[in-house]
Amino acid sequence: MPRYFARKLLIYALTFVLAVTIDWLIPRFMPGDPIANMLARVSVNTNAAQVMHDYYAHVFGLDLPLWRQYLNFWGRLLQGDLGISLYLFPTPVTQVIARALPYDILLLVPAILLSWFAGNRFGALAARNRWLDNVVSPVAYLFTAMPYMWLAILLAWYLGLVLGILPIAGAYAFSLHPAWSAAFGLSLLQHWFLPFLSLFLVGFGGQAIGMRNLIIYELEADYARYLEALGAPQRLVRKHAFGNAMLPQITGLALALGVVVAGALVTEVVFSYPGIGSLLLAAIQRQDYFLIQGCFLFIIIGVLLGNFIVDIAYVVLDPRTRRGMTGEPA
Amino acid sequence: MSLSVQELRVYYQTLHGEVRALDGVSFSIADGEIMGLAGESGCGKTTLGYSLVRLSPPRRLVSGRAVLDGEELPLGDPDAMRRFGWKGVSIVPQFAMSALNPRRRIGGMIAELLAARKLRYLELLPELERRLDLVRLPAAVLAMYPFELSGGMRQRMVLVLSTLLNPSLLVADEVTSALDVSIQRAVAQLLAEFRDRGLVKSMLVITHDLAVLYQIADTIAVMYAGKLVEKASADVIIRAPRHPYTRLLISSLPEIGARHARCRLKGIPGQPPSLLNPPLGCRFRARCPAVSDQCGEEPPLREVAAGHQVACWQQPC
Repeated sequence: MPRYFARKLLIYALTFVLAVTIDWLIPRFMPGDPIANMLARVSVNTNAAQVMHDYYAHVFGLDLPLWRQYLNFWGRLLQGDLGISLYLFPTPVTQVIARALPYDILLLVPAILLSWFAGNRFGALAARNRWLDNVVSPVAYLFTAMPYMWLAILLAWYLGLVLGILPIAGAYAFSLHPAWSAAFGLSLLQHWFLPFLSLFLVGFGGQAIGMRNLIIYELEADYARYLEALGAPQRLVRKHAFGNAMLPQITGLALALGVVVAGALVTEVVFSYPGIGSLLLAAIQRQDYFLIQGCFLFIIIGVLLGNFIVDIAYVVLDPRTRRGMTGEPA
Repeated sequence: MSLSVQELRVYYQTLHGEVRALDGVSFSIADGEIMGLAGESGCGKTTLGYSLVRLSPPRRLVSGRAVLDGEELPLGDPDAMRRFGWKGVSIVPQFAMSALNPRRRIGGMIAELLAARKLRYLELLPELERRLDLVRLPAAVLAMYPFELSGGMRQRMVLVLSTLLNPSLLVADEVTSALDVSIQRAVAQLLAEFRDRGLVKSMLVITHDLAVLYQIADTIAVMYAGKLVEKASADVIIRAPRHPYTRLLISSLPEIGARHARCRLKGIPGQPPSLLNPPLGCRFRARCPAVSDQCGEEPPLREVAAGHQVACWQQPC
C-alpha cells in the first residue's frame, strides 16, 4: 500500500508541475500588453506613458527574459507569493482570491452536495418505480439539457422580476457592508438563493439521470440476476445494485467538489455574484497575468485534491482496487 | 414425482413480435433423477431452465404449469416465485463465473442471503464448510472477494451456494461449457455426487455437450426449435436414437478410433427455423432426410417404448 501511494503522489506532483507551467504560459500567449492595458485607463502624454510603462514592467518583472520570469514565478510560488493583481493594483492576488472564495464555497458546496444526494435518491427511486420514472426522468432530462444561464435567467426573471420576491444581483444588498449582523446574513441568504437554485436544479437533473441508468444497468448484471434466482427479496437485490452503482457517482462528486474553486462562471455572471468565476472573467478581460495564474492555480490544486480523494475513497469502497495496489494481477 | 411440467409455452416479447422459444413442452423428472437437456444453441434449453426459476420480462408465460413435489409453481409471478427459489428450484446459471457481486466478500453475501430467509449463517457454517471441502475449496474463500478466485473456483463456489439449502430441483445451465475437458469431467462428477449424497433431490442439466450428459444423466431430452423431440434414458438416446434429428446430432459427434480423413464428420445441413414465425407442422421438416407428406401436421410426443418418447410420424407406436 505505501508503494501505491508513493507512485500516486509522484504522478500528482508531475501533473502539478506540468499544469502550473501551462497555467503560467497561457496568459502570456494572449495577444496584447497587460501594462499598456492598465495604463490606458489613465490619460498621460506619450513620453510619460513610456516612462510609466517601463516602470511598471520592471515592478512586475515583465521586462526580464521569459525564462527568468518563469524561474521567478516558481521561486515566488514556493514562498506562497502569487504576485500583485494588475487589475486591482496594488492588492495581492492571494487577498483578491481570499475575498471571493467564501462566496463560491457558500454557493457551490451546498448546491453540489444537495443536488448529489437528492439526485441519487430520486434516480434510484425512479429506477424501481414506473410511475416515478415517467415523472422524474423527463423533468431531470429537461433540467440537465437546459443551458445553465438560460435556466438562471428564467429563474431571475420569474422569481425576481415577475414575483419580485428575490433579489437578482450581487451577493448582498448594495446598501449594506459585510458585517456579522442579522440584517447582513439575511441579505446574503436572499441573494444566495437564486444562483443556488439554478445550480441545484441542473445538478439534480444530471445526477438523477446518471443514477437511474446506473441502477438499471446494475439490476441487469449477472450478480443481480443470480441473487433474484436464489429468491433474494427485492430489497436485498436493490441494496447490492445501489452499492455498486454508487461507485461512479462518488467519483463524480469528488471531481465536482474539486472544481468548486473555479466557481460557476456563467451563473455568477448572470447574478453578478462576486465569486472566483466573475473574478476570472474580469482577469482575462484585463489581461491580469497574475490573477489568472492565481485563479488557475487554485483550480489545479482543487482538481488534483478531488482526484486524490477519489483514489483514497476507492481503496476503501472497491476491493478490486486494493488488490491492484498489492501488485497482484487483477 | 419431483417435477412435472405440462405444455409449457414461454415467448419472448420483441419489437418484431413474439419469439416462441418454448412452445408446448411437457416432461417430468423423478426423485433422484438427473435429466439432461440437449440441443443446439437457440433451441430453448436455457429458456426452459430459467423459466422454472424466474420468469421475468421479456420472457412471458403463455400457458403451462409446473408442479414441484405436489405444489404448483407460480411460474407467471416472479414475486411469488421468490419463495421457491434456492430451496425449491435452484440454479447454477450459465454465467456462474460472474454470478457473485465483485464488491462483496463471499461469506458476507451468503450471510445476507440467509438472513433474508431468517436463517442463521453461523448455524449453517459447519455444513457450508463441509460442502466447500467436498468441492475442494478451502473455507478461507468465504473471507475472499469473488475476483480473488479463479473461474473454476467461482463455478464450484456457485455450485455450493446454489445447493446449500438442499433444493428439490437444481437447474445446472451449461456448467461445463467454459471449462477444459479434464475439469469438465470433474465438475460433471461433482454434480452426480451432489445427487448421490442427497444434497440435491433431482437435477436438470442443460448442455449442448452430449458427452457430458452421457456420463452423468439418467435420462436425456433433446430439444429442437422450442419443442422436445425425443426423451429416453441416456443409453437409449446415445445408442439407439429414433428421432431423425437426434440421430443426426449423435452422428455428427466424433467417434474415438474413426478416421475422419477417410470419412468426413457429418453435420446437419440447413439451419433451424426462426422462432418468430415458426413453420406449421414438424419444425425439423426442412432439414429432415425422412420427410413425408404427413410432416405438414405437427407430430405429438408419443411413447414408442417404455420410457422412450419421440415426436416423429415415422415412428410406429
